[in-house]
Amino acid sequence: MYDFKTLYEASSVEDALRLRKDHPKALVLAGGSDILIKLRGEEISGCELISIYALDELRGVCLEEDGSLLIRPLTSFSDITMHPLIKQCVPVLGEAVDQIGGPQIRNIGTIGGNICNGVTSADSASTLKAYDAVLELASFEGIRILPYAEFNLGPGKVDLRPGELLTGIRIPRESWEHTYGEYIKYAMRRAMDIATLGCSVNVRLTADKQRIDRLRIAFGVAAPTPVRGRTAEAAAIGHALDAALLDIVGEGSLADVMPRTSWRASKEFRLHLVQELARRATIAAIGKAGGTIND
Amino acid sequence: MEIIGTALNRVDARDKVTGMAKYTGDLVGPHALIAKVLHSTFANGLVTSFDLSEAWKVPGVVDIVTCFDVPDIQFPTAGHPWSTDKKHQDIADRKLLNTRVRFYGDDIAAVVAENEIAATEAVRKIKVSYEEYQPLLTIEAAMQAGAGAIHDERPGNVVVRSSYEIGSFEDAIKEPGLIRIEGDYETPIVQHCHIEKALSFAYMEAGKIVIVSATQIPHIIRRICSQALGIGFGDLRIIKPYIGGGFGNRQDALTEPLNAFLTMRVGGRPVKLEYTREETFCCTRVRHAMKFHIVSYVRADGTFAARSIVAYSNQGAYASHAHALVANAVNGFRMMYPQGAIKSEAYTVYTNLPTAGAMRAYGIPQIGFALESHVDDIARATGLDTIDLRTRNMMKLGYVDPPTSITCHSTGLAECIQKGEAYLKYRQKREAYAAQTGLVRKGVGMAIFCYKTGVYPISLETSACRMVLNQDGSLQLQMGATEIGQGADTVFAMMAAETLGMTMDKIHVMSRQDTDTTPYDTGAYASRQTYVSGMAVKKTAESLKSKILDFAAFMLNKEAWDLDIKDNQIVRKNMGTPLISVAEVAVESCYSLTNSTHIAAEESHHCSDNTYAFGVCFAEIEVDIPMCQIKVLDIINVHDSGRLINRQTAEGQVHGGMSMGLGYGLYEYLKFDPKTGRMLNDNLLDYKLMTAMDTPELNAAFVETDDPTGPYGNKALGEPPVIPVAPALRNALLNATGVAVNSIPLNPEKLFFAFERAGILS
Repeated sequence: MYDFKTLYEASSVEDALRLRKDHPKALVLAGGSDILIKLRGEEISGCELISIYALDELRGVCLEEDGSLLIRPLTSFSDITMHPLIKQCVPVLGEAVDQIGGPQIRNIGTIGGNICNGVTSADSASTLKAYDAVLELASFEGIRILPYAEFNLGPGKVDLRPGELLTGIRIPRESWEHTYGEYIKYAMRRAMDIATLGCSVNVRLTADKQRIDRLRIAFGVAAPTPVRGRTAEAAAIGHALDAALLDIVGEGSLADVMPRTSWRASKEFRLHLVQELARRATIAAIGKAGGTIND
Repeated sequence: MEIIGTALNRVDARDKVTGMAKYTGDLVGPHALIAKVLHSTFANGLVTSFDLSEAWKVPGVVDIVTCFDVPDIQFPTAGHPWSTDKKHQDIADRKLLNTRVRFYGDDIAAVVAENEIAATEAVRKIKVSYEEYQPLLTIEAAMQAGAGAIHDERPGNVVVRSSYEIGSFEDAIKEPGLIRIEGDYETPIVQHCHIEKALSFAYMEAGKIVIVSATQIPHIIRRICSQALGIGFGDLRIIKPYIGGGFGNRQDALTEPLNAFLTMRVGGRPVKLEYTREETFCCTRVRHAMKFHIVSYVRADGTFAARSIVAYSNQGAYASHAHALVANAVNGFRMMYPQGAIKSEAYTVYTNLPTAGAMRAYGIPQIGFALESHVDDIARATGLDTIDLRTRNMMKLGYVDPPTSITCHSTGLAECIQKGEAYLKYRQKREAYAAQTGLVRKGVGMAIFCYKTGVYPISLETSACRMVLNQDGSLQLQMGATEIGQGADTVFAMMAAETLGMTMDKIHVMSRQDTDTTPYDTGAYASRQTYVSGMAVKKTAESLKSKILDFAAFMLNKEAWDLDIKDNQIVRKNMGTPLISVAEVAVESCYSLTNSTHIAAEESHHCSDNTYAFGVCFAEIEVDIPMCQIKVLDIINVHDSGRLINRQTAEGQVHGGMSMGLGYGLYEYLKFDPKTGRMLNDNLLDYKLMTAMDTPELNAAFVETDDPTGPYGNKALGEPPVIPVAPALRNALLNATGVAVNSIPLNPEKLFFAFERAGILS
């Protein structure tokens, strides 16, 4: 038995926005894989829920006219992994969300829910950060476009205003074109786990595949929110594909992270992983881009 | 033997895979009340009062009981056979609800309500006032001079201290030329994680309290509830349906005594008390964490001259099985390598942590890790071969253990080692992996064990069985021994069919125990049932067979001694010619107008013997040093469990035990807040039980001996597979990296710090 007071089922996006306005304290229920767990605790028991799960208009992936990849927020993790456009444009995102939980969770859990929860361990978050994703937030006030980089305000806190609903996640063409990524989820086991550390790297190589044209790197669980490693990114621009690049990326990543010691893992261990995963993800991303690391 | 030793499907397979099998939760009626327990949010202290006013206001609340309302009776919970000798009785140190709180999560009040939400809400609304004392969360803190008593009966917090000495340790170490090796080893608190959570439901009927419970030990639960409530054995009736695993956690009274009390409080209405997963982790039982200090004196030829051990066992808040675990561990230290002088000192210590109880292999996985790690440390210090060192010192055929007289009636251990070595090419690889320098290295490791079969002579071993013949020549087989997923019903049916000369389809196992009607047996633990309860099956089958043959002799006008049963037919003993079917005998015996007799047999068997099972694990791993990760490349357990009853279920037991051993060695441990004693990872996300994706291919092999004391030549198998896995992995890590990690699990963070200390991280 689940302890909630009322369940409102939205019949359209407009209906959902009205429910959001009328019931400002109600929680938005998408796949429910986080909320149903939280309902067992004292924190949100007895709450009101607005289910948007039936809104198929918020499902799916498409390529827009300007080449932006649009992911609707209710798309399940398994649908993202299997989608041909994801495989074509950002396969790393499909690979990242394929490491969430188990098959049942990936069938019910949604990418919108994953990022709106605002937790640093969200497996989709570091890849979306690293691809400079842009969010579409709808309300009766209109549509607000917000870079995902500015969405996370703190642990579990996101810039989702009262009455707003996430209706789209965009990855611009310039961001995914000629770009190859790798996500490494480091966890205590190979399934049904949350990341001890997550690292997503993507690279665009120069035409001769000898140098880094652009490298972007983001981490989960390395700070209170998912973070970009801007220092490492800046240092990597134009760099040759060699061992020094890996040192720059590994050590440079330390400048932008601030993991903490929790009962799940110590700061020292996480800092070690930041460097090791940054190196390994960089090697793999370069490999996918058709480059090789020269010794 | 025709049936024994074959690979047959489980007798309960069809019901279990189709969802027809009934578990406790399936038997709860639609109108049951729901009970929820309020657990303390402090680890050490005293409840002074409650404010129940808000809780009573919750619609649907039927009753609220607190620790001030329960009978003033302290009772024991361990699922041991009762001892009528006061000195050997289990420690009675808890009440149904406790005013004196001894761990974070102690039961202090309970609510009975019309539904789960009301019960949960009312529990949240109970306000508790209490005095809090400093929590004693480690053995060191609890044993420190001046530490407060967790139980007034045990000032100093040592539950039991015991010692033994075989030969003279002090004299033995005077021998010149001995090499001294010393080590400290530590094992963590882990939990059974059976799929079905702890639960029972209780109601009153015909003047009795009936408790339907997921337990391994229905007859013992009846005794414990009778003691806890101060009522007669006959006033209680325990029903045990199919259960979703036990692994020793259910060899203890868990929800049953309180639930019996709750149904009495509400006039006998059915009350369901089902723990959440979090409660099952924190408020049932865990495996004892142990610390060992081992010193060995070894001759140049590798023989052991003298060994000593000091062991500390973390009991947690309540005694439960108490000292029996660490006593078993230090006995195992002696039995495995009986050479030379041996000295032991063992302590069981109360702390303000969850209560430790029985868990698969009862203290032996703990000593197995310490001892087999230590033996590899000896090999490393002396340069001796790890296998030669073990075979030279290990228990041999005919060994009689001095304190217990348990005799080695059969052993295939040397052959098990050979078989495992040949499979893994252990010696060859061990040498090849000895001097690697890369960031990714391989290693091989091994560990052996011995394990007793049942609890004789430490405790009572007894079992009873009943068989009732049907008119069609089939029969009901009724056991006090319990099916807990291990396949007991299947092997009992096979034994009955074998001894009776009947086919498996004629044996109907009545799986469910009901203490009002089921023959007595102490239950499923100690890998005892196939051995001890198997003796009762054999005896009962022989008795039933002779009754069938007597009646057949009457029908056929022949001598019973000249008759036998083969494939459900009465045959001439030596010629095998079928004369009449068992079905015809059964019908005639039932409806005969002159000699009707209802053919049935019931026998109990008092077992006064024991025997050792043996085995070995060989493992090959790959260590990614910068990632601090171990990958198991290959692993095999080779067991001598005597003759196998069912080859297929035997393999299943080995696979399950190896999985548990891998978790123990690499993944699992319970974490506690160091200030409050609150359990931190009380769920299956944060407690890292292996998933299918983490599980390597598991290889099970056997060396079959024919044990002269086993009813069908068989010995223990249920628990042993878990024992040798963790030390084999640890020794493989040592081979791969030269880093000796003396505590488990070998999880990434521990490896990170170990590799950093060893300077091999980059």
